[in-house]
Amino acid sequence: MNTFQAINDSMRLAMERDPNALIFGEDVGFGGVFRCTLDLRKKFGDMRVFNTPLTEQGIAGFAAGAAVMGTTVIAEIQFADYIFPAFDQIVNEIAKYRYRSGGMFDVGSLVIRAPCGAVGHGGLYHSQSPEAYFAHTPGLKVIVPRGPIQAKGLLTSAIKDKNPVLFFEPKILYRSAVEQVPVEDYSLPLGKAEVLIEGKDCTLVGWGSQLYVLDAVAQEAEKSGISCELIDLRSIAPWDCETVTNSVRKTGRLVIAHEAPKTGGFAAEIASTIQETCSMDLKAPVLRVCGWDTPFPLIFEKFYLPDLTRCLQAVRQAVSF
Amino acid sequence: MQFVPRWTAIKSVRNYFRPPRYSNELTAHMGPKEGIPIYRVMDDNGKVQDSSNEPKILYDAQRQGRISFYMTSSGEEATHIGSAAALESNDPIFAQYREIGTLMWRGFTLADIMNQCYSNHLDPGKGRQMPVHYGSAKYHFQTISSPLGTQIPQASGAAYALKMRGQKNVVMCYFGEGAASEGDFHAGLNMAATTESPVIFFCRNNHYAISTSLQEQYRGDGIGYGIPAFRVDGNDLLAVYNTTQLARKMALEKNSPVLIEAITYRVGHHSTSDDSTAYRGQEEIDNWTKASNPITKFANYLKNKNWWSDEQEKSLRDQVRKQVLTEFTAAEQQKKPAIDEMFTDVYDEMPWNLKAQREELKQILKENPDKYPLDQHVESPSLK
Repeated sequence: MNTFQAINDSMRLAMERDPNALIFGEDVGFGGVFRCTLDLRKKFGDMRVFNTPLTEQGIAGFAAGAAVMGTTVIAEIQFADYIFPAFDQIVNEIAKYRYRSGGMFDVGSLVIRAPCGAVGHGGLYHSQSPEAYFAHTPGLKVIVPRGPIQAKGLLTSAIKDKNPVLFFEPKILYRSAVEQVPVEDYSLPLGKAEVLIEGKDCTLVGWGSQLYVLDAVAQEAEKSGISCELIDLRSIAPWDCETVTNSVRKTGRLVIAHEAPKTGGFAAEIASTIQETCSMDLKAPVLRVCGWDTPFPLIFEKFYLPDLTRCLQAVRQAVSF
Repeated sequence: MQFVPRWTAIKSVRNYFRPPRYSNELTAHMGPKEGIPIYRVMDDNGKVQDSSNEPKILYDAQRQGRISFYMTSSGEEATHIGSAAALESNDPIFAQYREIGTLMWRGFTLADIMNQCYSNHLDPGKGRQMPVHYGSAKYHFQTISSPLGTQIPQASGAAYALKMRGQKNVVMCYFGEGAASEGDFHAGLNMAATTESPVIFFCRNNHYAISTSLQEQYRGDGIGYGIPAFRVDGNDLLAVYNTTQLARKMALEKNSPVLIEAITYRVGHHSTSDDSTAYRGQEEIDNWTKASNPITKFANYLKNKNWWSDEQEKSLRDQVRKQVLTEFTAAEQQKKPAIDEMFTDVYDEMPWNLKAQREELKQILKENPDKYPLDQHVESPSLK
């Protein structure tokens, strides 16, 4: 399966598990602009899989209302770039629903899915990675999978989780990443990072499609005798501090990379926390390799992204500090 | 009662208040000809104008074991009670913040009100929100939040979920005319219309959003979206009751949202942080209070029926005043919630960072007990 098929499979299983589960959003009825909801309307009917009017705040608010009645809701925002009209519903309503009611009401049965990240030619509004905006909001879980197996298992957990979850899917992986995905219903834990490669000189942390860049970085570094430990963070909120801390205590160095702009990006949170937990173990400053602090540009994408060259340079800088 | 599914031209909003055009006919409008007329049952003296319109409020009230009800006097009491009385008690309510009467109708007590306003440990909301942000799972009343209009699309989603399950309930969604300018109002009504969700949108049009008058809020007359709409005299409890009852029936039978616009007047200040004479004349307030007071009007109705007397009114007022004062003092004397509760309910389970922060606070409190009002709170098990 590729990533969109794995996501489709997870949603199909959720709809089978729960006869009241709903899927809605803009253009999900015919299968979605990225084919993630392909054939689901045919299988489950247009009462359960339906198009909404073109209104992101409406989708998020509607999702909250259905969820507070106990309904399992998988809502889609067509691109993460267009989640901002729903920002108020997500940050002020969805995230705070349980807390403000003293636990009387919650919208824990909802997941909002949104394609995110660079795609080669997305320009300003089809490329964004908005996870850091939401990581600053207590009450939300924020997940970014790196491929088909992860996408299915994490989405299944997100749907079953009793908290509202934002599920950002790196859209460049929809078709490009293909793996042998188990056909049965399985879950992967939220809030847990995964060590993909073990190493001893430098810890690399990333998520989503950036992991493919970091994997290449680790291979290149290996050639010059630098052993990198590669971690997929998977959950942005709450994030797995323990796994990263354990790794940095061992390697003494940390490079974090993400596509989103550097200032206020989630790497800043990781860097400052690790500086608190590992101050005696750090042999070099924690380095961040990120998108520049500009809007995401169309024709300059190759110069904008934290690519192999820039990440490798950071690793060398950390090791030779 | 008839249903008029026809869109016609809109006339300016200014015309429907000066002079108001009333009608004894309860009619749903898809669009107005000369401004949607305002449905009423009683005149300002509480006299029923067309007896075929008279509902059985007291009968219903008695059947539900309610011999009396009390409301703080803000001019919108009739919209609360009249509409709540026409709902089933398990119809979910999504409210703005000026709808306490609906909760009281369902059984929310003075003590419940006071405990929330005092943020004490008896508040089921655990003292986290500002006063008047009530909520009650028992009475199917979603917890109020400050951001305006956000409950409107939520109510649509809730109504859809109930319809999906085949549950014979409607969702009631209250908001003011100011909130109706938010994008969420558009989103919510459009979502409800396209998903055919049984929700009643109840707009309390009381002329002001803080200091902003109607003329600055909108220029249209009524709202389209292809859903049936009623305009009702919000100071006429019986009219509000009849309208809501019909709207509820229509919403369920047609699987359709229905809009009710209750024309009323915000007699009081917007809030305790507001002095409303800074933007409107005392004369205007007095005119509304005297000419069309929902409580006087309903009391007159009861007196005309010989169901109520001045003596009974006096005795009820005394009794309620005493009760309010008693509950007020009782709530005031209760301790505040455990400080622990600051960290709970953010998620279903507490994540590592919150546990660490709770530990951090514990140390601070241990080392500086005199710097914080610890004795005002119930003891926290995990901060000991």
